[in-house]
Amino acid sequence: VVTPMFKKILIANRGEIAVRVIRACRELGIASVAVYSEVDRAALHVRKADEAYCIGPASARDSYLNVERILDAAQRSGCDAVHPGYGFLSENAQFAQACQDAGLRFIGPTPAAMKMMGSKTRARQAMERVGVSCVPGSTHSLEFAEAARVAAQVGYPIMLKAAAGGGGKGMRWVGSAEELRSSFDAARSESERAFGDNEIYIEKFIKNPRHIEMQVLADEHGHIVYLGERECSLQRRHQKVLEESPSPIVDAELRQRMGETAVRVAVAGGYTNAGTVEFLVDQNRNFYFLEMNTRLQVEHPLTELITGLDLVHLQIRIAAGEELPFAQSDAHIRGHAMECRIYAEDPDNNFFPSPGKITLLIEPSGPGIRTDSGMYEGWTVPVDYDPLLAKLIAYGSDRRQTIMRLERALGEFFVGGIKSNVSLFRKVLRDPDFMTGEIDTGFLDRLLSKPDAEPQEKEYAHIAAIAAGLFAAMDQNSQPRAIAENAGPWRKKSLPVSRNGTSSWKQAARLDALR
Amino acid sequence: MVLDVLIDGETHRLELARHGGGWLCCLNGRESALDASLVRPNVLSLLMEGAVYEVKREITPVGLHFWIGGEKYSAEVYDPRSFRTRRHAAAASDGVQKLVALMPGKVVRVLVPEKSQVQAGQGVLVVEAMKMQNELKSPKQGVVKRILAAEGAAVNAGDVLAIVE
Repeated sequence: VVTPMFKKILIANRGEIAVRVIRACRELGIASVAVYSEVDRAALHVRKADEAYCIGPASARDSYLNVERILDAAQRSGCDAVHPGYGFLSENAQFAQACQDAGLRFIGPTPAAMKMMGSKTRARQAMERVGVSCVPGSTHSLEFAEAARVAAQVGYPIMLKAAAGGGGKGMRWVGSAEELRSSFDAARSESERAFGDNEIYIEKFIKNPRHIEMQVLADEHGHIVYLGERECSLQRRHQKVLEESPSPIVDAELRQRMGETAVRVAVAGGYTNAGTVEFLVDQNRNFYFLEMNTRLQVEHPLTELITGLDLVHLQIRIAAGEELPFAQSDAHIRGHAMECRIYAEDPDNNFFPSPGKITLLIEPSGPGIRTDSGMYEGWTVPVDYDPLLAKLIAYGSDRRQTIMRLERALGEFFVGGIKSNVSLFRKVLRDPDFMTGEIDTGFLDRLLSKPDAEPQEKEYAHIAAIAAGLFAAMDQNSQPRAIAENAGPWRKKSLPVSRNGTSSWKQAARLDALR
Repeated sequence: MVLDVLIDGETHRLELARHGGGWLCCLNGRESALDASLVRPNVLSLLMEGAVYEVKREITPVGLHFWIGGEKYSAEVYDPRSFRTRRHAAAASDGVQKLVALMPGKVVRVLVPEKSQVQAGQGVLVVEAMKMQNELKSPKQGVVKRILAAEGAAVNAGDVLAIVE
């Protein structure tokens, strides 16, 4: 039985990922509906969609997290499915359930699978049952006395983590028994504040591990495949900054073991659609289950480039009830891909966010370059959301070529008017340890704490001086007054007043052409 | 035309004259011929002695910058004949100083009342943007003449928030 594809999909997100999903919809002949907050009227995802509805004020709580308004927009516009993107409501089981109750397909796993994976302690219990090794520690929530016992058992240092956690919140490193009490209380209250849940569990601290994740894809007919790993060790404050695939330390044998483990994890969770199983990998290449992300990842383009698949297309097809169009033995990886997350933040000022108007934007292109962007020149980056502007992804036949391409593309990339972290990536790509693949989760902190090499003599001060003068001289020609004087015959016409927002100049030109 | 150009704080004397389709330029006494094309607003393609340079101009509330090959240069351009610009340049280093919001956000705290004495580097206001707080500090020792934004007020990049004299 061929299930009819969706006719119209609402994208419950903003920024580059909303644009990404809208593009997939258009490719599949599906109409797209954007939702936006009051400050996002001019955002790129609104411009790209077929329909768009305002769902409330700037604050995410009142708009992009507002289930009622989003479902209302979906029903009003006659959608048959909802794609949640990442972040916002993407891992919210109640939202998935609410979609289902409203007669909309949620493009993702079932609410039950999300709920199980959403609780880190419940996920750990399930993994223990199916024999997937987790980082040593506790598999359930602890009171202090028990926490002290478990910590002594696995040995300090340990990590305290929030069961509902993510993004480094409610997480504490504890070096010794003396520090446990205060850290325990702090982690607990932070978790309470951030997630409305105070469950805390313990994991043994693994020094400078690698963070490697495995992409899985499961349809609703019992087929499941793994699609290779992504190395995500380059992090700052537990936020990924640069990712690559394949990992420099994963060979075919390890990939198969990690992949088969990831499949076991997904099966244990009754998982469907696209998901990611995260592992910590120690210095001896032992890997431990960390958590499962029940959504499309920011870094999913890496997998798309090395497998040749389109994960968003597949997500939509799976949600529509189609079978996976290929088997595990058909999934091959080829080449190397690397992604830079371009953030509106100032690398010279402790990565302070830098919203504001983008006065000039030059995006790179050419062989092996993909940019997934949510920005455009003239757009004002709002202060209210995550500062991810775009992802710059390079693809090459091997890691070395990919790095060279990425460096070339970064040289072409220019974001003017606001600060961006483009310069950070130049530093990373030239680092000798990075070039040989010697990376772990401590890499970026070490790189950033290194004193800058001798401040290099700038080469182009004389060019800058000449350019400053030339801009001043040549700009006179582009003054509005000068244009009016040179406009010749146009000046004599009374220009029609624009009613539809196009410029009067354009309309005058069109009138000329009609004559 | 003759200009004084300040690049990263260093003054250069620049003379420019149109020559054929291009320009003749004399920088600090050194002459060269060049060809320049404003390829799009804020992007200048420069050809000098066979070498190609692409220069990007960035105008922000905090000043004028040029980018060449990943390097950033701060710049100020003065007409040496103009008394006004020189006087303006002098005023910038002392006298009345403005505290300007560097990005859009919200004033979360005013740390000192009007008329109070402040030291150079002392915090005057705290502005929050993207969930992070940034303290605006007094650039000089003096008196806070005016506080122009109340706590809770939304501000745009370039807004003057306080005046120190």
